[in-house]
Amino acid sequence: MAVEKTYQEINERIKKGRAVVVTAEELVSMVKEKGITRVTSEVDVVTTGTFGPMCSSGAFLSLGHTKPRMKMHKVWLNDVPAYTGIAAVDAFIGATEVPEDDPLNSIYPGEFRYGGGHVIQDLVAGKTVRLKATAYGTDCYPRKEIETEITINDINEAILFNPRNAYQNYNCAVNLTNRTIYTYMGMLKGNLGNAHYSTSGQLSPLLKDPNFKTIGVGTRIFLGGGIGYVVWNGTQHFPGINMDESGTGFGHAGGTLAVLGDLKQMSPRWLAGTSMLGYGATLTVGLGIPIPMLNEEVCRYAAAGDDELYAPIVDYGEQYPNFIPSNLGYVSYAELKSGKIKVNGKEVPSAPMSSYSRAKEIAGTLKQWIQKGDFLLGEPVQLLPNTEAGIKANSLKG
Amino acid sequence: MSSKKVVLYFTADITDQPIIYRLVKDYDLVINILQADINPQKEGTLVVELTGDNFGPGIEYLRRLGVAVQPLTEEIIQNEEKCVSCGACTAICPTGALYIERPDMLVKFNSDRCVVCRLCVKACPMKAMEVRF
Ligand code: SF4
Ligand code: SF4
Repeated sequence: MAVEKTYQEINERIKKGRAVVVTAEELVSMVKEKGITRVTSEVDVVTTGTFGPMCSSGAFLSLGHTKPRMKMHKVWLNDVPAYTGIAAVDAFIGATEVPEDDPLNSIYPGEFRYGGGHVIQDLVAGKTVRLKATAYGTDCYPRKEIETEITINDINEAILFNPRNAYQNYNCAVNLTNRTIYTYMGMLKGNLGNAHYSTSGQLSPLLKDPNFKTIGVGTRIFLGGGIGYVVWNGTQHFPGINMDESGTGFGHAGGTLAVLGDLKQMSPRWLAGTSMLGYGATLTVGLGIPIPMLNEEVCRYAAAGDDELYAPIVDYGEQYPNFIPSNLGYVSYAELKSGKIKVNGKEVPSAPMSSYSRAKEIAGTLKQWIQKGDFLLGEPVQLLPNTEAGIKANSLKG
Repeated sequence: MSSKKVVLYFTADITDQPIIYRLVKDYDLVINILQADINPQKEGTLVVELTGDNFGPGIEYLRRLGVAVQPLTEEIIQNEEKCVSCGACTAICPTGALYIERPDMLVKFNSDRCVVCRLCVKACPMKAMEVRF
């Protein structure tokens, strides 16, 4: 009879220190060797990981009250504006925010040396951060300004809340124009000078559970070096299947996650302020998800190797910026990782934007946590919509 | 035997001269071309590493021809604390000085191949590539 395991059974084994845990990379070769049936019964949990720039990240900070009290109206952290339109002393610092006097792209390409992502990294590192706030003053909250210093330990709460992380799959970006362009996919030289991709392929969390059979609201994860949770689907969650013109499928894409965790237990090694030349500031996030080997189907998807996972090649010179559907073909992660791919018959050097070695470290760390019995699996209270939901993207008019 | 890296700037009227050949033949220098750029107007820059005892006279010869010679004194370093081995610099580095070591996918830096073009200094999202004077 085919194996069926429950979260409870697996968690019992984890508590006893008897769970068999492997990384997604290890699973790929294991399944090639022993076959799905054996591996499904032998392995309890498969760990994944990714470490790449992830916009749509940020942190809620509850700063604590001042004396006299103050209803903050504008807040800056190391000169980076934070959003405080939620409560008197609560603020949200977004990863892509930059100081008001940043030259932006007026000196092209802008450097974006310091932004919200860097503030988050400095906070997590325990560094002192300058807080400035202004207010209009009320009867109950009379104070109108403050300039002080904070550290993550002085403030009441610091919660990392990333509304869209862990993109299931991503484009392989190239540039068909004849000039160098600066994008969120890095510096792309003209005339197909290079190709950049940005997932950890066979280690990438949502490529290993492409139908959201195990990942849902309440899944406990590695987030920023600490423990976090999947709290919802991410924004722009459009799970679907990549296809070429003839209708041949090239795997899943489009899923995203909203994740949350206590920033105070995270680490600057796994939340890094990031400056994309000519594009902006952001945060590089380390994220890893354990996938329980509930049955053979779950195991089969988790065992997909770099040679079975594909990224669409997209022109960021003309087509992407103008929102023109573009596909220059599909390329496997095995080819992308080799450092050379073929686009329009030309050999193009390929390079990642997301760190495979760090992704591997995340999957390895998560594996250790589970093996030691420190980390139990969170059974989702609700699974996330998958391709069957047929969610379509809207775009703005005007 | 000493070896030095220099940047050579030359104008269109010199491009048709066999300077490299002369440096090898007459000055017995070993030449490693690290980077070559010649624009449509036929002006160009060459970054070369010259090895040999006649380094001084070789440079003299180039200056006589009207080639501007500048030593490559700046150095690029990879700050290993900051580098996360993302790889974003590896396909833009023109010389392969920054490269991915497979299968571990760690990003390594070979300063011998670096021509200090600074592309990585600008493009590294972690600001891990630094200029040293
Ligand atoms: S771009 Fe920067 S962080 Fe990324 S591998 Fe190169 S030096 Fe390291
Ligand atoms: S400066 Fe950077 S990009 Fe230029 S050659 Fe040196 S390592 Fe490569």
